[in-house]
Amino acid sequence: MNTQLAAGRDTPLWRRLAGNGPVLAGGTVAVVFVLAAAAAPLLAPYDPARADFQAALQGPGWSHWLGTDDLGRDQLSRVIHGARASMQVGVLAVVLAFLVGVPLGLVAGYYERFTDSVVSRVTDTLLAFPFLVLAVGLAAVLGPSLLNATIAIGVSLVPQVVRVARAETLRLKHLDYVQAALASGGGPGTVLFRHVLPNATSALLVQATVGIPAAIISEALLSFLGLGVQPPDPSLGVMLSGAQPYIAAAPWMAVFPGIAIVAATLAFNLLGDGVRDVLDPKGPKRGGR
Amino acid sequence: MIDTEPVLRVRDLAVTFAGERTVHAVDGVSFDVRAGEVLAVVGESGCGKSVTSLAVLGLLPEAAKVTGSVRLGGRELAGASEAELRAVRGSELSMVFQEPMTSLNPVLTVGRQITEVLRRHQKLGRREARERAVELLSLVGIPAPRRRVDEYPHQLSGGMRQRVVIAVAVACDPAVLIADEPTTALDVTVQAGVLDVLDSLRTRLGTAVVLITHDLGVVAHTADRVLVMYAGRPVEHATADELFASPRHPYTRGLLAAVPRPGTPPEGGRLTEIPGMVPALTERADHCTFAPRCDRADERCTTARPHPEGERHLVACWHPEPEGTP
Repeated sequence: MNTQLAAGRDTPLWRRLAGNGPVLAGGTVAVVFVLAAAAAPLLAPYDPARADFQAALQGPGWSHWLGTDDLGRDQLSRVIHGARASMQVGVLAVVLAFLVGVPLGLVAGYYERFTDSVVSRVTDTLLAFPFLVLAVGLAAVLGPSLLNATIAIGVSLVPQVVRVARAETLRLKHLDYVQAALASGGGPGTVLFRHVLPNATSALLVQATVGIPAAIISEALLSFLGLGVQPPDPSLGVMLSGAQPYIAAAPWMAVFPGIAIVAATLAFNLLGDGVRDVLDPKGPKRGGR
Repeated sequence: MIDTEPVLRVRDLAVTFAGERTVHAVDGVSFDVRAGEVLAVVGESGCGKSVTSLAVLGLLPEAAKVTGSVRLGGRELAGASEAELRAVRGSELSMVFQEPMTSLNPVLTVGRQITEVLRRHQKLGRREARERAVELLSLVGIPAPRRRVDEYPHQLSGGMRQRVVIAVAVACDPAVLIADEPTTALDVTVQAGVLDVLDSLRTRLGTAVVLITHDLGVVAHTADRVLVMYAGRPVEHATADELFASPRHPYTRGLLAAVPRPGTPPEGGRLTEIPGMVPALTERADHCTFAPRCDRADERCTTARPHPEGERHLVACWHPEPEGTP
């Protein structure tokens, strides 16, 4: 198909997305991850928590594709179940961040003045902390568990979501069609939910695809530090931390969960970048190249 | 027509924007509009035309201070609560904006944008509202309204979009329609079509139209009466026929003289212009603001402010052209 045509306005969105290299590559890996996470109990060849001391510290082979750890647990099963934890946290944390951040951003951008000052000062303060430091701090305060880790990561993502939602509201509310909605009797609800939010979707969608890999990394970090998933439950971070003493003797224990983390975050980042390129009409790259 | 009660009565409307230096954007504007009548508000950019219309709708930002009276039917809108204003906007008083390319929401179908207003004010059901939307589209002269109702704004041309904007504005059969430069962004041929739509609405629905424009050709084509504004103040107010036949204020005369006439090349190969610049609106002048550019100005013009006077042909000038001078 003609590239120009593929990038055209009338081409369906899915086709423009499918024609974008990063979206295709990132999307494929991301879908594999999501499916693996969803069907983990069906896919995993062994119980991820079952120890088999006869098979401890085996390298990759036919019976255990990715080898076994110091307790003889199957690495492949643990990576698959770990991906499940990562995806759960990644998606739930982003959902939480949006549920809190989007309304705050909309309200701050719409009312400006006092409301905006309060919301913006708080988000600025939170943004002053590096994302991971904030997540670790919050998780430490809340106490170690997967749920608390999700909340801590979600809250840490809120300031960025607020900023995007607020900026979009500020931009959109001065546009003629928002003024026209006000002139035809629309109130704040109509303006925000009928006019601002639908037009802010693409910016927020990009923010979501960037938020998921950030949440995955944080989950791994929190679990590594013992603030997230608690052993013996599998998580990529828990696996890495358990691999530390054996890094020289059984490198596969660290390598495979590491690859899984890198692949997941890279895939979602590529997906996010590609989606942004496709959705941004002013961007340098469009559609198929 | 002159004897019926006005549907919109604006008295001594003044708008100031507080800031580092207070700006007097509109000062002492008064006008009446009756059902089925088109009042044109004319003046150059920055003379307060748009601020006047936004002030009538109560849509100015909080920094603006509005004084004076705006009565719609029997109701006072100046100082009304936001909830009262919201009930009036779009149902009894609506507005058409200048730029049709941006006055429609790109992510909603044309039909949705019309039905939204209908459902808000007239509490119509989904199906009724849709039927009405189709009727409205055909009322504003959109061909194949049944197909167009499901299209998005980017599928329509500029002229079509402006028709849709008008359809949204007249959806609830408002008493008064304020059209702020509705044809400025359109091609001349499309302009005529849109003006015809406005004209047919006032004859068919009896809508009173306040037409804000800087295009004197548009005024001559559609308006019954004309209010000329200069630097935020009204300078002349008369029927369109009278104003074009015998303008009395030096500014109006200058405006009309500046319009190029096809077939008659301007003297010396140069279009007539009004010398000087529009004054800054940062101080409330107690004199005629046009005096520095006026060749009739004397001491009185620079010391005392003229107010609009006259029976039917009002003019704010110390030395107006006598009535009946072409």
